[in-house]
Amino acid sequence: MESAPANPGQGIGASVLRKEDDRLLRGRGQFVADLRLAGMRDVAFVRSPLAHARIRAIHKPHECGDDIYTAADLAPVKPIRAVSGLPGFKVSEQPVLATGKVRYVGELLAMCVADTRARAEDIAASVKLDLEELPAVHDMLAGRQAGAPLLHDSWGDNVFLETNVEAGIARAFDAPIKVTREIRTARQCMAPIEGRGVVAHWDRRLEQLVIYSATQMPHIVRTGLSECLGLDHERIRVVAPDVGGGFGYKGILLAEEVALGWLAMHCDRPVRWIEDRREHLTAGANCREHHYRITAYAERDGRLIGIDCEATVDSGAYSAYPFSACLEAAQVASILPGPYDFPAYRCRTYSVATNKCPILPYRGVARTGVCFALELVLDAIARETGIEPHEARMKILVRPEQMPFDNITRKHFDSGDYPQALRRAVAAIDLPAVRARQKRGEPDGRLIGLGTAVYCEQAAHGTSVYAGWGIPMVPGYEQASARLTPDGGLELRVGVHSHGQSMETTLAQVAHEILGVALARITLVHGDTAFTPYSTGTWGSRSMVMAGGAVARACEEIARRAISIGAWLLKAEASAVRVIGGEVVGPTSKVSLQDIARVWYLRPQDLPVHVNPGGLEATVGYKPLRDSGTFSYAAHAVVVAVDPETGNVEILDYVIVEDGGKLVNPMVVDGQICGGVAQGIGTALYEEMPFDAAAQPLASTLADYLLPGPTEVPAMRIEHMEIPSPYTEFGVKGIGEGGAIAPPAAITNAINDALRALGAREILQSPATPRRILDAIARAGEAAP
Amino acid sequence: MKAANFEYERPGDIKSVIALAEREDIVTKLLAGGQSLGPMLNLRLAQPDVLVDITAIPELKRVEENADAVTLGACITHADIEDGRVPDGCAGALSTVARDIAYRAVRNRGTIGGSLAHADPAADWISCLAAMGAEALVSGPAGQRTLAVAVLMTGAFDTALAPGELIEAVRIPRFSRSARWGYFKVSRKTGEMAQAIGVVLHDPDRGVCRAVMGATESAPIVFAQAAALFGGTSGAPALDRLDLDAATQALITAGITDAIDRKLHITALKRAIGRAAQA
Ligand SMILES: Cc1cc2nc3c(=O)[nH]c(=O)nc-3n(C[C@H](O)[C@H](O)[C@H](O)COP(=O)(O)OP(=O)(O)OC[C@H]3O[C@@H](n4cnc5c(N)ncnc54)[C@H](O)[C@@H]3O)c2cc1C
Repeated sequence: MESAPANPGQGIGASVLRKEDDRLLRGRGQFVADLRLAGMRDVAFVRSPLAHARIRAIHKPHECGDDIYTAADLAPVKPIRAVSGLPGFKVSEQPVLATGKVRYVGELLAMCVADTRARAEDIAASVKLDLEELPAVHDMLAGRQAGAPLLHDSWGDNVFLETNVEAGIARAFDAPIKVTREIRTARQCMAPIEGRGVVAHWDRRLEQLVIYSATQMPHIVRTGLSECLGLDHERIRVVAPDVGGGFGYKGILLAEEVALGWLAMHCDRPVRWIEDRREHLTAGANCREHHYRITAYAERDGRLIGIDCEATVDSGAYSAYPFSACLEAAQVASILPGPYDFPAYRCRTYSVATNKCPILPYRGVARTGVCFALELVLDAIARETGIEPHEARMKILVRPEQMPFDNITRKHFDSGDYPQALRRAVAAIDLPAVRARQKRGEPDGRLIGLGTAVYCEQAAHGTSVYAGWGIPMVPGYEQASARLTPDGGLELRVGVHSHGQSMETTLAQVAHEILGVALARITLVHGDTAFTPYSTGTWGSRSMVMAGGAVARACEEIARRAISIGAWLLKAEASAVRVIGGEVVGPTSKVSLQDIARVWYLRPQDLPVHVNPGGLEATVGYKPLRDSGTFSYAAHAVVVAVDPETGNVEILDYVIVEDGGKLVNPMVVDGQICGGVAQGIGTALYEEMPFDAAAQPLASTLADYLLPGPTEVPAMRIEHMEIPSPYTEFGVKGIGEGGAIAPPAAITNAINDALRALGAREILQSPATPRRILDAIARAGEAAP
Repeated sequence: MKAANFEYERPGDIKSVIALAEREDIVTKLLAGGQSLGPMLNLRLAQPDVLVDITAIPELKRVEENADAVTLGACITHADIEDGRVPDGCAGALSTVARDIAYRAVRNRGTIGGSLAHADPAADWISCLAAMGAEALVSGPAGQRTLAVAVLMTGAFDTALAPGELIEAVRIPRFSRSARWGYFKVSRKTGEMAQAIGVVLHDPDRGVCRAVMGATESAPIVFAQAAALFGGTSGAPALDRLDLDAATQALITAGITDAIDRKLHITALKRAIGRAAQA
């Protein structure tokens, strides 16, 4: 299946330019840090310099004691509790300002407020801390050992949760091929261009706490604030203005948000905190640290029979709200089989508390690590059995005739042709040509390598999946409101948030598809709990499936109402008129939606007697036919050149063949893929947040924490397959995270392919830094761990 | 990450800068392009009372040429050099080096004098200008003096500048027609500081054959007589005569104990030699 026709107007399938870019590209966006409220004061936090310590005392200097707040001042504020209902889950309580102990470097100890941030930092620097250092858990595997220092004294160990999934693993034990690897992924930071930020004030007229926050989930933040501050929901309004990227970090209730909310109520002045990059890197946006001990069993021809895995995730000190500390590790067990069909499986997982800041879900969440582990062992099997890596995958990819397919962990694949994606990717990268070039050798001595990886991305999964996790937030029906304005414009109200996803454009395209109102006259209202239906927000690649479906339903309802008024005005039967291109069209005449709206609002004397009094405004809820999620997927193929003397890697070619179901705006989808791949390249080659043995974070600026830049991200070649989901409106599938999932696996496989010529040790840890590559070369001949 | 409070002065002549620096009641810090100092102020690693902006002083932007050398004022920016707005007496070598420093936004403001004074071991100019045999012209309370760039840097972020002294200009000897120059910077990605730098200058007409291994933990390793690296032989540096033991020994002496670090330095040196041979 090829992309939609070139010119479908402004509706579904049209690559229209983004409506939001007119303001964003001219620098006219309005982000939290752009807000100026009269009398606003700035906050700086005193953060723990130690990873693990008992708090003996916090001394406020006399001269500015009134501008410093500690846990004692915030006494009625409740800690953040993100519980999971999974059996055995141990609960952590994250105090908003630390009490008793600090459990990671950067944990909040005191809040300082002044007229400028610089002055607030002066005050913060004047606070004297009396801390008794305790031994720290800096590594998840060490944290699992008996006798490790305890983070949460009452637990008895440091394991938030242990899970085990098993399906006939014994069947695999006498397989002729057995490959075991120990694989690690680095702790990373999400690094959206805009960090977190909060402006809070108390609205006296409405008796309401108003929180402007750089968040992707305003309604969930409101619920969390309500719990921690003990305020009724009506007393809280959360506004998410323009938000400069989120990737998961902005889907978390921050202690800083709660603290600012409390402060705004107490100091009777607007207050703000804008996260700086050091706070962001060392105390905020951490994610992704996994460890796998994985064994793959296969036939002699390379067909995978079974996977046996023990996975550990470094969860950090606390369970983050609302996703909890278990989501990442427990998901590993259910998604490790990826897009493959094989008969034997076992996976045990551990979510381990360490003295590091909590890890948070990042684009792709557990999938990036899982894909890395599985795809690296599949390449190891291919090498062991002497076949091309894509051949090993072809033998086990779920086939189109199996759809819909329930896999070994009972994931329900809705539709797709996975082998086609891989076949096309291998063809596009031109495998024979790459192998010939590899054999020929490069004039500059660099080594050529080819890597592939395939993943699937479960998206927009709903109640049936999340109810089982028992976390504070379970998505249900998604609602949207549509309202025709008196002059014929259309307002859409949604509780999801657009912060890079282009929803101001794409949801308008959905509405246009149904009502034909020109995109220029469609406005998306979002990011404000006062104006939008409750929603769990934007996460899990769910917004187009869920909010797109809801917008379609709401617009269909508006169409029905407009038809009944229009038919009356046209003196036609309702069954004989239709909405086409912004007009209600009857057998002999037509009337525009604009005229219908004018009649409803301004000339009600012209309305039919039995008109629906709901008028031209409707809120409708939506869920796909099945809420077990859509499955988008892609095959990535990459060619790299590795410099064996510097360890540097250049990406020479990158191909993606992806099925995202029906594409609402193919250009926007390409943008999502490119952005995701850029982040995946960061994961593969550059990004790493190291800690020393005292659990001190070692990358505190972007000079230490390397991100890929324009010269490191190559032009990519993207091919689309549009196999619709049978369960969703228009057949759309969620695609927001996919780009970030496969690159670390594909690129590392390519590097290992390149290094094979030297007999180097396999790279089994991300990122594949020059040092790791040179080390692998230096240790040629040593067996893999 | 906001700077601690400071006062700001922008004098128009060097005398006033020195007078401010001599005051004992205040701590001053010179501000040139601010590309290294700016982050240090914001991270509060530097907390001067008075920031003395030296970019309004005409002498510090001067350009002088004679038959032997080009002299560039300390406040000439990397971008001035990259774009050829100032003469390049080194057959284009200066602009090639400038182009690989940081990103354009940094190059627009960052200065050659600031780079030398900051003495970041991984910076490009300190290694290159040492290899070129350049001299820093220094002014201070005790008057003027010149210091070879090769000895200006005494350690990581440390220089031989006395309190109150500033770099006024850099005098860079011209290459002769016979000069062969090779420069190689190993870095993780475009715009990053170097992990290793190799430089070779062979200019037989002037009797110069220098090599530098830079971006070490400290000051660059300068071989004023590069013959020592090539088995004592004279003539153009050639890869097949490179004495790996001598290079390795120099790195060990400089405290580089890690084998992978040494490999990167040797690679940078080899590639610089290769480039000089092709030049
Ligand atoms: C993102 C980034 C990437 C970078 N990458 C590189 C790179 O790849 N290679 C590289 O070489 N550099 C790099 N740099 C550093 C850059 O080149 C700076 O311009 C340079 O280090 C300092 O020059 P400046 O004029 O900005 O000095 P400033 O920041 O103004 O000052 C630096 C220090 O020198 C002192 N100083 C300044 N001028 C004088 C003077 N005339 N006499 C005495 N003392 C003086 C100041 O007091 C201060 O202590 C990078 C910087 C950034 C921000």
